[in-house]
Amino acid sequence: MTITINHYLIVSFLLFSIGFLGVLVRRNFLTILMSIELMLNAVNLNLIAFSRRLSDLTGQVFSVFVITIAAGEAAIGLALTISFFRQRKTLNVEEARTMKG
Amino acid sequence: MRDLIWAIPLFPLLGFVINGLVYLATHRTKGHAHAHGSGYGTDAHTAATAPDTAHDTGHDPGHHDIPLKGLHTAVGVGSVAIACILAFGAIFDIGLKAFAEGASHSITLWRWIPLGVNQAVGQIPGHVGEWFVDVTLRIDSLSALMLAFVTFVGFLIHLYSAGYMGHEVGYGRFYAYLNLFMFAMLVLVLGGNFLMLFVGWEGVGLCSYLLIGYYYEKNYAADAGKKAFVVNRIGDFGFILGIFGVFALFGSLDFQKVFGMAAAHPEAYTPYLTLVCLLLFVGACGKSAQFPLYVWLPDAMAGPTPVSALIHAATMVTAGVYMVARCNVFFRLAPNAMIIVAVIGAFTALFAASIGVAQNDIKKVLAYSTVSQLGYMFLACGVGAFAEGMFHVTTHAFFKACLFLGAGSVIHAMGGEQDIRRMGGLAKKIPKTYWTFFIATLTISGVPFLAAFFSKDAIKAAVFHAEFHAIPWLPRVLYAVALFTAGLTAFYMFRLLTLTFWGPFRGTKHQEEHVHESPSTMTVPLMVLAFLSIVSGYVGVPIIEHGDRIGEFLQPIRLPIAGLPEQVHHAPLSVELALMAAAVAVASIGIYLAWSWYHRGEGRVPARLAAEWPGVYRAVTNKYFVDEAYDRVFVQGLALGGGTFLWEVDATVVDLIPNGAAAVTKGLSWIAAFFDQYVVDGIVNGIADLLQALYQLFRRAQTGRVQNYALVMGGGLFCLVAVYLLFR
Repeated sequence: MTITINHYLIVSFLLFSIGFLGVLVRRNFLTILMSIELMLNAVNLNLIAFSRRLSDLTGQVFSVFVITIAAGEAAIGLALTISFFRQRKTLNVEEARTMKG
Repeated sequence: MRDLIWAIPLFPLLGFVINGLVYLATHRTKGHAHAHGSGYGTDAHTAATAPDTAHDTGHDPGHHDIPLKGLHTAVGVGSVAIACILAFGAIFDIGLKAFAEGASHSITLWRWIPLGVNQAVGQIPGHVGEWFVDVTLRIDSLSALMLAFVTFVGFLIHLYSAGYMGHEVGYGRFYAYLNLFMFAMLVLVLGGNFLMLFVGWEGVGLCSYLLIGYYYEKNYAADAGKKAFVVNRIGDFGFILGIFGVFALFGSLDFQKVFGMAAAHPEAYTPYLTLVCLLLFVGACGKSAQFPLYVWLPDAMAGPTPVSALIHAATMVTAGVYMVARCNVFFRLAPNAMIIVAVIGAFTALFAASIGVAQNDIKKVLAYSTVSQLGYMFLACGVGAFAEGMFHVTTHAFFKACLFLGAGSVIHAMGGEQDIRRMGGLAKKIPKTYWTFFIATLTISGVPFLAAFFSKDAIKAAVFHAEFHAIPWLPRVLYAVALFTAGLTAFYMFRLLTLTFWGPFRGTKHQEEHVHESPSTMTVPLMVLAFLSIVSGYVGVPIIEHGDRIGEFLQPIRLPIAGLPEQVHHAPLSVELALMAAAVAVASIGIYLAWSWYHRGEGRVPARLAAEWPGVYRAVTNKYFVDEAYDRVFVQGLALGGGTFLWEVDATVVDLIPNGAAAVTKGLSWIAAFFDQYVVDGIVNGIADLLQALYQLFRRAQTGRVQNYALVMGGGLFCLVAVYLLFR
């Protein structure tokens, strides 16, 4: 069985969906952060798969950018987590409702 | 001497300045702001008696220390003495004969009001050239006569005041005012034009006010002063309008010029002169206390008695007669005005005499007598007998000053008592006062061969012979009134004399013990005046050749008017004698009735009469309710009622404008408010309500849960991609 781009896309799709689902349903702040990482990596996989398929390095360059941004995102996310925990003594995002209209 | 006439008013003015400054200085440094009120004799007397009787003299046994009293006396009396000497010097320098021949002397001190070149050279002849008013002093026979008796009587009364006012704390003030009065009166007499006359006129009015209100801590005195001032103001208003009229007619105010023009061209001025004369006469009515405006003079008795004698009997009140005599050219050209002058004069004479019959205040009787005698003088002027009027002015000045000063001496002796019902029997106790008063009473009553016999007789003869073309029967009526008034005068004067000096003493024990003759500074002037009341009539003896010296003396004043022949009436001797006999008979009846009713009958007849005709008696004792009528009509009616009326006008008519504007504004603002409330606010609130409704709808989306947002975002993305894929 030859591995084609479709396989990559399916894997990428599954990964993204799992990550998105995690963001939507999980209550824990850290878990949501990790789910976002999953979604980012799903995007990276997608980009690299098309880079290979189209013989264009632009996709790979973009994925490197995404990894870099993900590092920054993780750092900010963890900082927010700590700050949130300090205020609420919990990591449950249900508690963060002060913006309710 | 004749060039020194400017110095005659100057000395009293200097006296005023010195006395006034010294008084101010001595009363400032001591810090006595209330020195006058603190204690002079009057307070004690007045407190014990009725409030409506004016008691002026004070002679408290406890003498007050008056600072610089000697200086005040010396300056006050001395300045008038110098003025008197200068006046007589000037008169005799020119000479009585020269005056009778028309001599006059005038000096112009400086140009007062330059008015530029007259633009309105018009129909009236002589109405050309420059308009100006000078400060001119002029002496001619009329002002010489006035000058002589004003300075002389003034001097005597200043002397008298030294004794009479000797215990008053306001001594210096009194002399300052009296000197100022002399200054103003001399300016009035010597003024060579209408404006100078007016300056003096207002000056004497001011001094009259100041001196009537001399006891200014007492309400009645302050009120009397105000009344005199206000009533005089009414007269002065007419007078100044008259002066305007003269200026408009002639373009000048100078006596010589104006009267010369009127006499030379009577036809040009006659149509306007009646009005001018009536306006001038209104002024004379105010100053000389004639009928509608006489009310101030009786009240003026609130002032010290020397003031009543000098100002309100001898000099100031004759200013009106002087002015009318001065303007005789005008009045002769205005026969209708003359009739009014004569009628008002006669009516005032009778009216005031009838009030004088029932007065019980010694000074009030004399005040009404003065009003009555002034009426006589105006009656004389009204029938064209200006010289006779001035003759009576002169004799009246002497005998009335004598009567007032005598009354002052009586009041002094009685310790401030002025009610003749509480006097009596004073003849023996104060003989000098009694004899002088007796002589003056005989004089005013018209006893033959005393002064007023001649002057009154001259007036009555002139009235008898007068001719009014408009109303031929009027002279007879006026003569009857004059004759009857003469009888009344004799009656009330002898009533006064009887009640004061004869019979038993009716005052208190305390008063009886303290009755004393006045000091010689007071009795000497009385004697001099009594002597003059006897002899002064001999300047105007009728019947005999050249007997009427005063008439000849004043003849130059009576300028001959072109085209108006002088009526010379030389009545037969028998008529003259008959008139005299009638006068003597009437006076005798008056004297006899007074004597028999009040002395022999001890007042039973008058009491019975009063009981039989209570209405008449009440009317007379209350002065015919004229003051009350004036109060009702002018004070209540015009001032208060008019005030209310004006208030109503203001509230309804005038306020209509602001009120209307306010109403319009109110209406507009209501509309604006309506628009604002419902339209503007409607839009604003409507938008707000709409937004609120939308917000209620959309707020549900804002759950505050990030995951919800993420779900919506995901859903939205899915939808967009789905739409893209489906409708590509």
